[in-house]
Amino acid sequence: MSNTLAPVPGDRPVAHLGRLDAVGYLICLGGIVRRELLRFFNQKERFFSALVRPLVWLFIFAAGFRNTLGVSIEPPYQTYVLYEVYVVPGLAVMIQLFNGMQSSLSMVYDREVGSMKVLLTSPYPRWLLLLAKLIAGVTVSVVQAYAFLAIAWFWELDIPAIGYVAALPAFIAAGLMLGSIGLLLSSMVKQLENFASVMNFVIFPMFFASSALYPLWRIRESSETLYLICMANPFTHAVQLVRFALYGQFAPLACAVVVGTTLAFFTLAVVAYDPGRGIMARRGGPAGDSA
Amino acid sequence: MSEGAALDVANVSHRFGTRAALSDVSLTVARGAFTALLGPNGAGKTTLFSVITRLYANQDGRVSILGHALDREPSRALARLGVVFQARTLDTDLTVAQNLLYHASLHGMTRRAAKERIATLLARVGLADRRDDKVRTLSGGQSRRIEIARSLIHGPRLLLLDEPTVGLDLESRADIVAIVRALVREEGLSVLWATHIFEEIEAGDAAVVLHRGRIVARGTAGSIAQGTETLEAAFRRLVAEPARQAA
Repeated sequence: MSNTLAPVPGDRPVAHLGRLDAVGYLICLGGIVRRELLRFFNQKERFFSALVRPLVWLFIFAAGFRNTLGVSIEPPYQTYVLYEVYVVPGLAVMIQLFNGMQSSLSMVYDREVGSMKVLLTSPYPRWLLLLAKLIAGVTVSVVQAYAFLAIAWFWELDIPAIGYVAALPAFIAAGLMLGSIGLLLSSMVKQLENFASVMNFVIFPMFFASSALYPLWRIRESSETLYLICMANPFTHAVQLVRFALYGQFAPLACAVVVGTTLAFFTLAVVAYDPGRGIMARRGGPAGDSA
Repeated sequence: MSEGAALDVANVSHRFGTRAALSDVSLTVARGAFTALLGPNGAGKTTLFSVITRLYANQDGRVSILGHALDREPSRALARLGVVFQARTLDTDLTVAQNLLYHASLHGMTRRAAKERIATLLARVGLADRRDDKVRTLSGGQSRRIEIARSLIHGPRLLLLDEPTVGLDLESRADIVAIVRALVREEGLSVLWATHIFEEIEAGDAAVVLHRGRIVARGTAGSIAQGTETLEAAFRRLVAEPARQAA
């Protein structure tokens, strides 16, 4: 490497080369999504570990409880179903729950190593940058959910073919909701080490206090309070939205809760990442450098 | 506010809770000039950079980049700005080209335009042959040169570098300094270079000394050093005294 710079043909003073219009927005969005996908494909073990968790639940846990936990007829099922059949939608959305939190973890990591700064000095508005992160996470989580369904298909789940198509918008909606919750969490967690406790206090309560593993009427038999908690848990509604969609049915209440929760959490995340108003400003912004 | 400056920071103050990190800081970087921002660790250099790059909200005072006020026209201001942060910010799992294309997309550049520009810039920093290598295979100095190329992709006219040579060996440091000075000389780029390494500063450079969040001296490096043997001696004298506002 020479210390002097030989003039390179075509290299001359330039105007700003990017576009700040709608096309530029799309380019930026596409670029962020592409980077997340590249990172995802570079971490193949992450993909497989995300699949192993629900498969263990399905093949071992559900098989063990098969005879203990019969599930009576309730919508969207038109007949008695095996426990394995009942838990599949919940396990698919569990993948998305973990993925949403994993994306949020990578936001915290980005902040610690400084690449968040690169993202936030883009001339585009913060909401667009966060939306792009969200879309990237959802893309990954939907691929993972379908990979799980593809393996679970061998388990005689009796999901109609149309259900796999109808579930796509439901998975996207569920992914957006869980990703938005993760985004807000990422703005609140200052250091990576704190994240383990967030996982314990968010993922496990959300998963267990929901309709993922057992129908809510069973919970109601034990405790009305617990039932109300489960009904207030947005994860329950994400699971129900996907469960109904897999059988070609639409669940309006679940849809409303999922969309409403997404909007609320995404708005809060945008506020939290705003340099002027949010948590970042009060805390002193993204970490990475010395003062 | 001085018209026509590449960077105009006017009366900027910034607090973290009760601690004042910046107090009434004003400085300008003239168009096409290399300006050094000198300060010991903890002087507030990175905080100032964070305010200029809009990572922190501007609590008090004004920042203007190439005539675009950061609070009123953040997109236009940031579009004219290139930054090399103190921390390494390349994604080490991705290739050089993937990192640079990502950055180009953050500025709304089409892929074709970005690829052409990347080829030009990699040639400029002497790393054209490393385009498809993973960043983790590069040395510290090479990574820095890639970060400089990255900061230039979208055609900024003002470049901020926050202690870009920290942790590099002498040869790599000299390379980085030479690259940036050539950009100023040949392309008329305006540069704000934060450092506490005095060998990187030339007597004719504009310089601002920041200490405990306040500007304690400004002028050319030569004029600041006047009366002492070296700029370093002058700097040590300045930061040894209680912080005071420059006249």
